[in-house]
Amino acid sequence: MASRLVNWFKFSSPATFFPLARKIGVVSTVIAVALIAVGLYMSFFVAPTDYKQGEGYRIIFVHVPASWMSMFIYVVMAGWAALGLIFNTRLSMMMAQALAPTGAMFAFLSLWTGSFWGKPMWGAWWVWDARITSELILLFLYLGYMALRSAIDDPRRADRASAILLLVGVVNVPIIYYSVQWWNTLHQGSTIRLNEESTMDDTMLIAMLIMTLGFWAYSIAVAMSRLRTLILERERSANWVRELASRGG
Amino acid sequence: MKARHRRFGIVLVGMAALGVAAYLVLTALEGNLSYFFSPTEVANGEAPGEHVFRLGGLVEAGSVQRETGELRVNFIVTDMAQRVKVAYDGILPDLFAEGQGVIAQGRMGPDNVFVAEEVLAKHDETYMPPEVAEALEAAGKMGERHPGGKSL
Repeated sequence: MASRLVNWFKFSSPATFFPLARKIGVVSTVIAVALIAVGLYMSFFVAPTDYKQGEGYRIIFVHVPASWMSMFIYVVMAGWAALGLIFNTRLSMMMAQALAPTGAMFAFLSLWTGSFWGKPMWGAWWVWDARITSELILLFLYLGYMALRSAIDDPRRADRASAILLLVGVVNVPIIYYSVQWWNTLHQGSTIRLNEESTMDDTMLIAMLIMTLGFWAYSIAVAMSRLRTLILERERSANWVRELASRGG
Repeated sequence: MKARHRRFGIVLVGMAALGVAAYLVLTALEGNLSYFFSPTEVANGEAPGEHVFRLGGLVEAGSVQRETGELRVNFIVTDMAQRVKVAYDGILPDLFAEGQGVIAQGRMGPDNVFVAEEVLAKHDETYMPPEVAEALEAAGKMGERHPGGKSL
């Protein structure tokens, strides 16, 4: 342990992480505002019109990054939940809790923008195909997690119960991701693939990636601000929080 | 063996069990999760003959026939192996075109014509500006940049 450059366990203490969360939050807010501004400008004014869908395709600049984030945040939450269960750390559980509303927001945004795109392009607001249905289940998992947490008064018990729900729900994420390959779906296949060339114009792709990074920064920023509130709330009887409060900070 | 090693084991075993369970469920459900049947599946009798089902494929080039003064339209859905005739009386989505993927919901008529109640356009995963599309078309390379067809 002593040979390591950074002692990570030091930061698992809410008291040490609290000031760091503020710094991370400020930096990622700045990055988020800058990237989303550039990304939206590129999405609406720089990226070319699609040859078949016209201007309507521009919804993907929000839709695809939002869908990615909704899946990614869930995996991160499940990772924190696993760490929390194994090492019995409060902060890991608070991390998961701080991310939940953002993940739910992105899942909803993904379904909502998808619906707006689906009506003109497919001819339907909603269809029960595998991709869309599994994304809806993801939204319900987020809502279920938050409901379960708030239904249990003792925070340590809420931590454990909701962590198990998170871990069980993680099977849904690969199902969402691979649904378009495994089954016949109305939803199109992936444009951006890990092992093949993307079937998308470069400018469109860059705009979409900038939006994705912007959403990442946004998620970190809001999660850190939420985390600070959670830390204060749960550690309110700790000495350092009392001192902080008495200093008027 | 410390308590956290034991908990790590429990989480690991739990996740593995869950993965196996999910795999078994998905294998058991297999075909039922598909949103539509392809013309080949229809030809093989895998589609439910008497019931409403969805047929998916590409609109065959040159097969769209409209009746003048009416919404009624006839076309052929193909997966490059089998073809199914489709009749539809209604408004088609914007993306509907020959060579485009479609999903039609309806039932098989007695004369082997699929009578559709609803037609949805399936979009492929290709996004490009119109100039690029024209250039590819001119070079006869549209099919190569157009994997939507084979994914159907």
